[in-house]
Amino acid sequence: MATLLEVPQISPGGRESGDTPAAFSIAEFLEAEQRKDLLRLSTAGSVDDGKSTLIGRLLYDSRNVYEDHVRSVTRNLGGTAKASIDFAQLTDGLRAEREQGITIDVAYRYFSTERRNFIIADTPGHEQYTRNMATGASTAQLAIILIDATKGLVTQSRRHVYITSLLGIRHLVAAINKMDLVDFSAEVFRRIEQQFRDLVGQLGNAEVTAIPLSALDGDNVVEPSTRMPWYAGPTLLEHLEAVPARHESGSSSFRLPVQRVIRPLPGHAQPNFRGFAGQIASGSIHVGDSVVALPSGRASRVASISTFDGDLEQAGAPQSVAITLDDELDISRGDFLTAAAHPPQVASRLEASVVWFDGRPLDLRRNYLLKHASQTVGVRIAGIRHRVSMQSLEHEQASSLAMNDIGRVEMETLRPIFFDPYRQNRITGSFILIDAETNATAAAGMIEGLAAGGNAQATLERASAVHSSAVILVQGDGLVSALESTLLDAGCSVVRTRRHDSGLWRGLLGLGVITLVEGDARRQGSDGRSNGESTGAQLAIFSPDASRGGRSGIAGSPSDAEPHFEALLPAEQASASDVERAAEIARRLRQKTILRSQAAEGHA
Amino acid sequence: MATSTALEETQTTPRLSHLRLLEAESIHIFREVAAEFQNPVMLYSIGKDSSVMLRLAQKAFYPGPIPFPLLHVDTGFKFKEMIAFRDSYTKELGLDLRVWRNEAAIAGGANPIKLGTQRCCGLLKTTALLDGLREYGFDAAFGGARRDEEKSRAKERIFSFRDRAGQWDPKNQRPELWNIYNGKIGPGESIRVFPLSNWTELDVWHYIHLEQIPIVPLYFAKERRMLVRGDSLIPVEQPFVKGLPGEEQWVRCRLRSLGCSPCTGAIRSDADTVPKIIAELVTFRSSERANRVIDHDQEGSMEIKKREGYF
Repeated sequence: MATLLEVPQISPGGRESGDTPAAFSIAEFLEAEQRKDLLRLSTAGSVDDGKSTLIGRLLYDSRNVYEDHVRSVTRNLGGTAKASIDFAQLTDGLRAEREQGITIDVAYRYFSTERRNFIIADTPGHEQYTRNMATGASTAQLAIILIDATKGLVTQSRRHVYITSLLGIRHLVAAINKMDLVDFSAEVFRRIEQQFRDLVGQLGNAEVTAIPLSALDGDNVVEPSTRMPWYAGPTLLEHLEAVPARHESGSSSFRLPVQRVIRPLPGHAQPNFRGFAGQIASGSIHVGDSVVALPSGRASRVASISTFDGDLEQAGAPQSVAITLDDELDISRGDFLTAAAHPPQVASRLEASVVWFDGRPLDLRRNYLLKHASQTVGVRIAGIRHRVSMQSLEHEQASSLAMNDIGRVEMETLRPIFFDPYRQNRITGSFILIDAETNATAAAGMIEGLAAGGNAQATLERASAVHSSAVILVQGDGLVSALESTLLDAGCSVVRTRRHDSGLWRGLLGLGVITLVEGDARRQGSDGRSNGESTGAQLAIFSPDASRGGRSGIAGSPSDAEPHFEALLPAEQASASDVERAAEIARRLRQKTILRSQAAEGHA
Repeated sequence: MATSTALEETQTTPRLSHLRLLEAESIHIFREVAAEFQNPVMLYSIGKDSSVMLRLAQKAFYPGPIPFPLLHVDTGFKFKEMIAFRDSYTKELGLDLRVWRNEAAIAGGANPIKLGTQRCCGLLKTTALLDGLREYGFDAAFGGARRDEEKSRAKERIFSFRDRAGQWDPKNQRPELWNIYNGKIGPGESIRVFPLSNWTELDVWHYIHLEQIPIVPLYFAKERRMLVRGDSLIPVEQPFVKGLPGEEQWVRCRLRSLGCSPCTGAIRSDADTVPKIIAELVTFRSSERANRVIDHDQEGSMEIKKREGYF
């Protein structure tokens, strides 16, 4: 099994070990490792473009593949053929893809050279897996787009370029593969290169490098090809080692989404330590700098930047730190610490590009959860500006978005969020949408900016004026639907779920939505906390949590206690129609000030 | 605790090194899970990756305590040195260690010779893990798996969704973009979290070296009693591991990854310090799991185990 090659004898100091003339110096090696940076890249290609083969070749020729892996893919050929390596099999991981011979999910590969470490997001190019390409591109600084020289640019290539442009990748490589099948023709290469540059020029301003390749034979992958003397540019690996790997967010304004407030162990030297922990999304910070906490808008100065390795004088993106402030501010998860001079925008009506992932299409009447930085908030998609045709890349009208669709939407969050446009900041400008019923990641989105008419202050007041959050248990399909319609018509944000899970309810309470739970409440209340009456609608009331009071709705703040239930609809109403019963429930919600009347909102 | 290396790096160079980028990403992951889940746990396997995870968790919550317990799934076949290290190190750090064993199977005499490696792993690892998670009601479990270890792991998410039976569906994983993780789950469902996803074996060793992280002495070369068969060195710790006459020998060797003693091969090596191990690694052409008997019992065997709930 394990093969052991000759291991040089090494002393920890390295150089002085006299008995090994060509001694590998561990000290020099570790020092060199310290200087290496990291480039994240993604790859995309259509089926049979030879993408897996290219990556396998890149790993193999740069000596990043283990011998036992090579042996396992050599054996797979069946033994009759002369021992040759199936490079694609070095990277195709899952059984299903091995059976189909195509890559169907994002796979991450790691390799390093003397100059640099690389993470490759190997993303499938097959049509129904557009979502995986977006996933791989989201963290990449560079994208390799495979093009089959015998076919030239195809619809898939256009789609790939579009997605890399949408996700903000600055460096593109047109890897024009299978040059051996077009007699290494410079003319073919130059024609495809020009088409590619024209396409990229239409979509944005990414920097383009085109390289003619034969992944199967290794031409221009790691070693320069001897068969294309007309090409004077870098090999693929040379280019990957040379391209700038700067972390683009490091130069912009300071942003720290707070993930958690850290308090020390009892007996710690600073018992009042309150560290606002998070990963710096952009910019840098020094001790003494002015910062503003959002949403409170209160300002303070940085007292310390605390880490396990000691306090720092300064820190920058993407370091994970904990910051303490001179003043005691009420800051919790989801809040932002930002540069006082350059705060992010604040709004609840936003325009965004989204890539739809889920099998369930976008439903404009439903609410989704929007996870953005360290906060999750309810959101409704108010309208679809357009869908992008993946054939022509032209805008077309649409009433929904289905899996693998890309479109531009207007959306409204239940609480205002703090953001920068995605093209300025990949961390504070990105989000995912979660289906509140299935918990699936329904879509990924990039904030383009404020929606037309999306004045931040106005929406802030409106969002808080309509209703507060609540959990209502409702029996009967007809009544659930009638109540949902009534509440939607009143401008409420409503989530329907069948899950009887107080943890989930607590989470939804924190999002400012009215949650309708379908089914029999008594299942939940078997321990006697429920009143046991099947009245059709009950309000779930959570005992308030003093420390976080005021953020959530009247039905109580999240706490660890189980909810108790209060009847919302008395038994004598049971004979009325569903619509009448829904109206009665809404009236009672107004009495409890969970719903505000439209008139009251007007005065707010 | 503070290492001067870390301080100098962050204060004098605006650009973070590869390792510090990985560290920052992992700390972010730990904090997200601690904030979003009600009852997380760290699966502690005692190996080098677990040691690195522990250090990252310390960093994520410093100066606060690590806000979740550790769970060790003990098959009863772990090396004695592993158990000794586990008990002393977790005590030193003041951690809440839980140990779970499939006592019924152990009492029934389960072992890899009798059952074969697949059934033995199924009972003592997979079943025990799922039972342990269920018993304590953990809704998120940190694991030390890395994507560079094995082909099927290259496609694993950082937040890996498991259904009520603890199973993984490789065709239905949640897309994962930027550094935004979807931790929403229903009752009985859970998430496995892999904070070291983007680390390679070399990164792990390099970090252990930089941070001076304690690891089990089995990783370091010394003379050990081994069963020598072909290229394989099988440790002689359990009474049912018996060789043919002459197969048991003293060999200078070390373990490259730690598992159950009957199924974890050693390698001949002189590397008795971390730098020597790193030197060996960069000149070494075999992947670290090549010495695991269990990964080779079937084509794609790791993926099968993962679908069933094994890491």
